[in-house]
Amino acid sequence: MVGKTLYDKLWDAHLVKQRDDGSALIYIDRHIIHEVTTPQAFEGLRMAGRKPWRVDSILATPDHNVPTTVKERASGVEGIEDPVSKIQVKTLDDNCDEFGILEFKINDKRQGIVHVIGPETGACLPGMTIVCGDSHTATNGALGALAHGIGTSEVEHVMATQCLVAKKMKNMLIKVEGQLGAGVTSKDVVLAIIAEIGTAGGTGYAVEFGGQVFRDMSMEGRMTVCNMAIEAGARAGMVAVDQTTIDYVQGRTYAPKGEDWDRAVASWKALVSDEDAVFDKVVEIDGSRIQPQVSWGTSPEMVLPVGATVPNPANESDPVKKAGIERALEYMGLKADQKITDIPVDRVFIGSCTNSRIEDIRAAAEVAKGRKVADSVIQAMVVPGSGQVKAEAEAEGLDKILEAAGFEWREPGCSMCLAMNADKLGNGEHCASTSNRNFEGRQGYGGRTHLVSPAMAAAAAVKGHFVDVREL
Amino acid sequence: MKSFTQLKGIAAPMDRANVDTDMIIPKNFLKSIKRTGFGKNLFDEIRYLDEGIPDQDCSGRPLNQEFPLNFPRYQGAKVLLARENFGCGSSREHAPWALDDYGFRAIIAPSYADIFYNNSFKNGLLPIILSAETVDQLFNEMYATEGYELAIDLEAQTVTTPSGESFQFDIDEFRKHCLLNGLDDIALTLREADAIRAYEERRKQEAPWLFGAVVPE
Repeated sequence: MVGKTLYDKLWDAHLVKQRDDGSALIYIDRHIIHEVTTPQAFEGLRMAGRKPWRVDSILATPDHNVPTTVKERASGVEGIEDPVSKIQVKTLDDNCDEFGILEFKINDKRQGIVHVIGPETGACLPGMTIVCGDSHTATNGALGALAHGIGTSEVEHVMATQCLVAKKMKNMLIKVEGQLGAGVTSKDVVLAIIAEIGTAGGTGYAVEFGGQVFRDMSMEGRMTVCNMAIEAGARAGMVAVDQTTIDYVQGRTYAPKGEDWDRAVASWKALVSDEDAVFDKVVEIDGSRIQPQVSWGTSPEMVLPVGATVPNPANESDPVKKAGIERALEYMGLKADQKITDIPVDRVFIGSCTNSRIEDIRAAAEVAKGRKVADSVIQAMVVPGSGQVKAEAEAEGLDKILEAAGFEWREPGCSMCLAMNADKLGNGEHCASTSNRNFEGRQGYGGRTHLVSPAMAAAAAVKGHFVDVREL
Repeated sequence: MKSFTQLKGIAAPMDRANVDTDMIIPKNFLKSIKRTGFGKNLFDEIRYLDEGIPDQDCSGRPLNQEFPLNFPRYQGAKVLLARENFGCGSSREHAPWALDDYGFRAIIAPSYADIFYNNSFKNGLLPIILSAETVDQLFNEMYATEGYELAIDLEAQTVTTPSGESFQFDIDEFRKHCLLNGLDDIALTLREADAIRAYEERRKQEAPWLFGAVVPE
């Protein structure tokens, strides 16, 4: 018998029923919800007179709309200045109260970005199926779980039935061997992967990230990589369980304890692809050659090493791609063949479900220490991913280091990653951002996003333009 | 769910690869707690010349006259012609809601992002996949012919051009069945409630830590 991949094992363990027409019912262990993609799902439940199948599988928190300034946060939901945002956050509170769902409300110390609080509370565990109405749910795949984003109709479906109607995806292995150079981070690895396979390269696949680079990576780093699987088109990204995973999970609030812990660990150790497992596609990348990355365009695949120059559409023969480069250059206000290090930075955003965990804050603080944000930079902000990350960073004095360098230290939330709250770019402004999407208008109307690692973002803040953090 | 059987309607272009969900419906409009009313903000940032505000009356806003959906010839379009990887990015179902609310009932493209593809079916919006060459041909014919209409037959899985040329498309059996009959998938799944409960009982023995941990204090 041929071996199984990690994805095959997770799929098989959750298969409730395989139907004749090729679809399957997959059981969902954990459902994380937030304010933006759930109001219509709750409304659907009410209209049909249905109730959640298992309220104890659901964990809620508001994150997309919440303000991040200390002042606006001080009086909780009532203090949200944008009336439309306030209604959305209140609606989540009301729905959770009505159905008896655990919610970390706006000023609860455990509140944070959905994909940060899942792993850090132990609500998300290895071997689970995890869904959330947000495409970056694959973040949880770092635990050795099958995690992916779903739409609002599916949110309602999972609440009502504890299952998802799915079709098995294909298996892809992205293998990055070797050792990363100094100053090269998990963010650079995932951006380099997207540059290699393209923004649709993983469409239809569940991707496992394997190889020495991921074995050596921290859990936070693995989460950064899995988080951006969707930017390569893959709904789900995952990393096999090893001792790093088990050490991370142990002792967290909702992690199993006592005898359950021992049984759980024994079962989690099998969450690796078998030696003879067959993948439909394998991509191999030499980790030692990956450089710090900066995106220049309006798709995450439009990314280059910091030492490169902006592409020239004249060198592209495919007409659709050529038009794409021309449009991206125009939107981004860049010239063909311009050096990436000559792009000025107006704002800096360190945060988002991609890079707002403790090691990201530490990396930014390390660069910021003893330096100052350049005068030409209008704003540089650091937004921790959760109340827990914030408390941990403050205990280490990282907030003081960042503030001394001229960074703003904010309250947790999605913030300027998608600019649903007040944190946004002005028209035409360039931003060094640790988030995940550089789409047109993503961080504000007319805003220009450049995706980078936390260290590269902090370095750009200090210099006022992009710079190779290794040369700082 | 809304059913889909046959459709004949004007085709309109979205002639770019990798059209993302932020472009289809920008985030400022996701604050609504309703499923309807997103059509006026479909492609907001490229359709209008100013910045949109939720709930505003869009009838007086300056239109981008270079954006095809603003051309008189594409008014009332029901079929959107698009390029590779349409709907990439976020999981927001507001994207198909906006396309549907605007009046589109079908999209034709060489490929889609997975989540968008899935979300479309839940809303009676049919995302059809045809080869890049065929899509290119349809774009060219549409540009050359004002009032270019495509006929779509889901049962037969065909797209037919005004000249009578017909193209076959593939679709999952399950999705086709649900869409043709406008079936509610929650009701369908709940027919399997016994199988779900049996699975849960078995899992509670195998992995008890997966149950009961997360509840309000």
